[in-house]
Amino acid sequence: MRARLSYAAAVAAGLGGAWIGIAGLLGSTWTVRVESLVPLGGLELTLDPLAGLFLALVGVSTAATSLYAIGTADEARDDPAAYLAFVGALGVVPLAANAMTFLIAWEIMSLASWMLVLDRRDDAATRRAAWVYAVMTHAGLACLLAGMLLLGAHTGSLRFADWSAAAPTLAPAVRSTVWLLLALGFAGKAGVIPLHVWLPLAHPAAPSHVSALMSGVMIKLGAYGLIRVGFEWLGPAPLAWGVVILLAGAVSAVVGILYALVDPDLKRLLAFCSIENIGIVLIGVGGAMVFRHAGLEALALLALVAALYHAVNHAMFKALLFLGAGAVVHGVGTRSMEAMGGLIRRMPWTAGAFLLGSLAIAGLPPLNGFVSEWLTFQALLQNVRLADPALNLVFVLALAALALTAGLGAACFVKAFGITFLALPRSEAAGRADDATPAMRLGMLVFALACVLLGLGSTVVVPALGRAAGPMVGAATPGAWGDLTTLTLTGGFAQLSPPAIAAALGLGAVAPLVVLALTGASRRRRYDETWGCGRMLQTARMEYTATAFADPFKRVFRFFYRPVKRLQLDVHPESRFFVQRIAYANPARSIFEEWLYRPVLAGLRSAVAQAQRLQSGSATAYLAYIFVTLLVLLVLR
Amino acid sequence: MIRQLRLARRTGIVTEPGPAGADLERLGQQLGAEVRRRFGRSLHIRQVDAGSCNGCELEIAGLTGPHYDLERFGLHFVASPRHADCLLVTGPVTRNMAEALRRTWAATPDPKIVVAAGDCARDCGIFAGSYAVVGGVAAVVPVDAVIPGCPPSPAALLAGLLAAIGHGGGRAAR
Amino acid sequence: MTAEVVLAVLQVLVVAAGAPLLVGALRTLQARLVGRRGPRVLQPYADLAKLLRKEAVVSTTTSWVFRATPYVLFSTMVVAALIVPLLLARPALDFAGLVLLVYLFVLGTFFLALAGLDAGSAFGGMGSSRAVAVAALAEPTIMVAILALALRAGTTNLGGIVERFAREPLLAANPGHLLAFSAFFIVMLAETGRLPVDNPATHLELTMIHEAMVLEYSGHYLALVEWAASMKLFLFMTLLVNLFLPWGMPATAAPLAILVGLLVFAAKLAVLTVALAVLETSVAKLRLFRVPELLAGSFALALLSVLSVFLLQ
Repeated sequence: MRARLSYAAAVAAGLGGAWIGIAGLLGSTWTVRVESLVPLGGLELTLDPLAGLFLALVGVSTAATSLYAIGTADEARDDPAAYLAFVGALGVVPLAANAMTFLIAWEIMSLASWMLVLDRRDDAATRRAAWVYAVMTHAGLACLLAGMLLLGAHTGSLRFADWSAAAPTLAPAVRSTVWLLLALGFAGKAGVIPLHVWLPLAHPAAPSHVSALMSGVMIKLGAYGLIRVGFEWLGPAPLAWGVVILLAGAVSAVVGILYALVDPDLKRLLAFCSIENIGIVLIGVGGAMVFRHAGLEALALLALVAALYHAVNHAMFKALLFLGAGAVVHGVGTRSMEAMGGLIRRMPWTAGAFLLGSLAIAGLPPLNGFVSEWLTFQALLQNVRLADPALNLVFVLALAALALTAGLGAACFVKAFGITFLALPRSEAAGRADDATPAMRLGMLVFALACVLLGLGSTVVVPALGRAAGPMVGAATPGAWGDLTTLTLTGGFAQLSPPAIAAALGLGAVAPLVVLALTGASRRRRYDETWGCGRMLQTARMEYTATAFADPFKRVFRFFYRPVKRLQLDVHPESRFFVQRIAYANPARSIFEEWLYRPVLAGLRSAVAQAQRLQSGSATAYLAYIFVTLLVLLVLR
Repeated sequence: MIRQLRLARRTGIVTEPGPAGADLERLGQQLGAEVRRRFGRSLHIRQVDAGSCNGCELEIAGLTGPHYDLERFGLHFVASPRHADCLLVTGPVTRNMAEALRRTWAATPDPKIVVAAGDCARDCGIFAGSYAVVGGVAAVVPVDAVIPGCPPSPAALLAGLLAAIGHGGGRAAR
Repeated sequence: MTAEVVLAVLQVLVVAAGAPLLVGALRTLQARLVGRRGPRVLQPYADLAKLLRKEAVVSTTTSWVFRATPYVLFSTMVVAALIVPLLLARPALDFAGLVLLVYLFVLGTFFLALAGLDAGSAFGGMGSSRAVAVAALAEPTIMVAILALALRAGTTNLGGIVERFAREPLLAANPGHLLAFSAFFIVMLAETGRLPVDNPATHLELTMIHEAMVLEYSGHYLALVEWAASMKLFLFMTLLVNLFLPWGMPATAAPLAILVGLLVFAAKLAVLTVALAVLETSVAKLRLFRVPELLAGSFALALLSVLSVFLLQ
């Protein structure tokens, strides 16, 4: 009962936060200061359009996810206190107006989510995931702390508003160092390559409603930080920063979806897909930074609006997908897609929700994912306005990367939906799975509705986002975005009308019915087994598996995956010509773990081993160290 | 590529009016009229090998070549029985292929016809009485026409297809 | 407003009615090139009419996704037919551009791939897996080719591109334009499943890409799927001739101008059809795992086309 009550409270809190956030997006701003609550400056919260946008995002996601959680609440194992702390911290981070408030809320967010990941700690894999997550998030926190304190030391204040004002007075070296530290910290939280290793471990290990919030909301706050740092706290960004963010986004997008494609674990596939979508958001942010540096404010506004829109959209459809995956994993008992199949018959509601989420994340019209990807493409396509050919080349490569990501994303979700829900069940459990409970369905329905409304209503959403993005890029006006039915980009470069597309698709689906009626077509249907070339035995083992579906990609991108083939043949004891069992595995290897993390960690370990020799344990040696240090300090003085 | 195009231009269209001169042309035109009535100028054929020695298959393959070209009459071979209107079965139905043939027939949508090509398909031919065969094609699925011959020539195959379409074919699935 | 709707519907009718004719002409031409008389040019119409009269056999392992896919596929082709520049230089219903067109085709492929998996057979899964792989690898080329066009025309709006090139023909008179055309041509071969990427007339399941996904369809479902596939080929060829060689397209909606425009379009399409037929009869199908190399080559062509804009400025 306690868990359910807490989730209900979270729903209410989420709705309240959404209300405040939308008010902030539409123009109402306020500041709250409480001196004593937080050291070094007190608790300070400020609502401005950008903060309002992210707060609304947090609020809506929390409300719907908590609704879902009421349906899956496990009174014995759930940790409602940690959940409420997590949700609260998520809401405070966008509002924070000084360094300490921000960092304390950030740390509470990380700790609470770490505790929630450890909810299911009976599994060794979960414990390892939690350990990696704790290390990476605190390394990020260290970078953020160093960066913010450095900036505070040089500007004399820890308030964000003071930083924007004092930015022009900073020395370039200081600015770059601060930016590097803060960007590393925020990028690590966002899951940008190569700081992403914790994401595919932690997100699948956490319970599904927590994964939905982590993937949908928490990593967006990393992007929020990058936007604040790149546009506001350090003043207008130099060209290099924008290019770095743009390239990091492009690389993350492609690498993320490549790993998602070959993963047979449903939730880890979704986690890698989050990396891909953060990459798309960062492409928009990086592009906006470059355009702003070149003085093209309208294009910078377009790119940043595209990024913010994609952040919002991703929160909606990723949460929907994670909640659906949660229902599936709960019903089947395993996260592996190789044991799923045929669930569309047993779980029709979950299947419908997951299909809508898949269509949205694949960027298919007329849903929300399509509109934000369209906007990002249009921003990249207009790079000819930049006079530097090297920059043009960078944008072209980013465009190609984004297009590849879009195509691979569609392929990935054909696999995710098709293998999980279609054809025959590949295991006993899949044949017996039960559909989601009403509370779970309601939670998923909210996100599904959001996906549809954000797509069809983009002509209303985009101007609102323009209000949030405008102050960041220094645009004097919020921009002209067309009328109620059509999005028109300034200069007539392109236009889009999602309601018209939806209407056209609907009419287009009616057209074949008309044709069939007019031609007197036969509507007779007969049911028969699948055509299998007259094969005698037709079982679920004839179906394609997730590993098989990913095979063409594994071959094409062999240089990246570096797959290892493991084949084990068990022969009959009497004769080696009778094979009893074949076990085949073809896992991909992570080049980041092999080439980056393992050498770095090995280097760290050897350095630490060297340093350990100083720790002899002898008090005399320590006294000698103190003496020598004092001598050196006296001499150098 | 250029060499192949030059060769094509030199060779030209080699489709024959028919080995018996006017006979096949008349047959061909009659076939066209019958196919038109039954299936409206379009008949898709799925060939099933129910244990044949492949002699009939060679003759059937000749039908698709440039000299006999059955496509000019609106006939077309397809890969899946779901796409087919006609099953062209060869071979004495062996025990191992009986169930496969029956499943192929069940997989074909109505209206459909079954044509048994060759002596083996009619009554097991030289394999009659063997332990490995079930009987002719008629022992497994309902047959609309039989084309005798060991193997039947492409002209005979065309004539047989005409007979199938002209004489009340098209049994519905049970 | 009514005139625009009438023109748009007329355009869809032209595409829907013309697509089987295009496929028939292609097949007959290919037959003539290899020394056969070949099927009649109007044969695909007879095939469609017959399929519409047959019963549909539906597999027991499939779900509503399998039955809905032909309608979704046809619907995406109808919407695409609404927005391509065909009858007029600026299409009557002007609500989107090239990027939407690309995503409409992806939507169709998405559902068709799901239908292939739904059957629960190894062929369907194989076809789906290969089809989405080829489609995904063709995406970068399409986008960079679109960039090449948009850079010269100043917009991604289809009508805008046509009008700009028609007004200033010299914009098209540079090697970059030809490179973009070649890149887009190769992508067309990949997306519509023509040789050398995929053989539409093959019977060997292990070599199939598109065909393997439709092995389970029959009756009116198969008719809709085949029709949509022929419309996709028609639309791609329309884009090739009207975006890259847009001269002769009427600017106003006068009936005589539209008729003349249609004749010019038919002539351009006929030339492209002959070229495609000659290509298909001259090359052999590529091994499946060589197709990414071909697509990488087309990407290089598109990239060169874009770079030529920046270098020749």
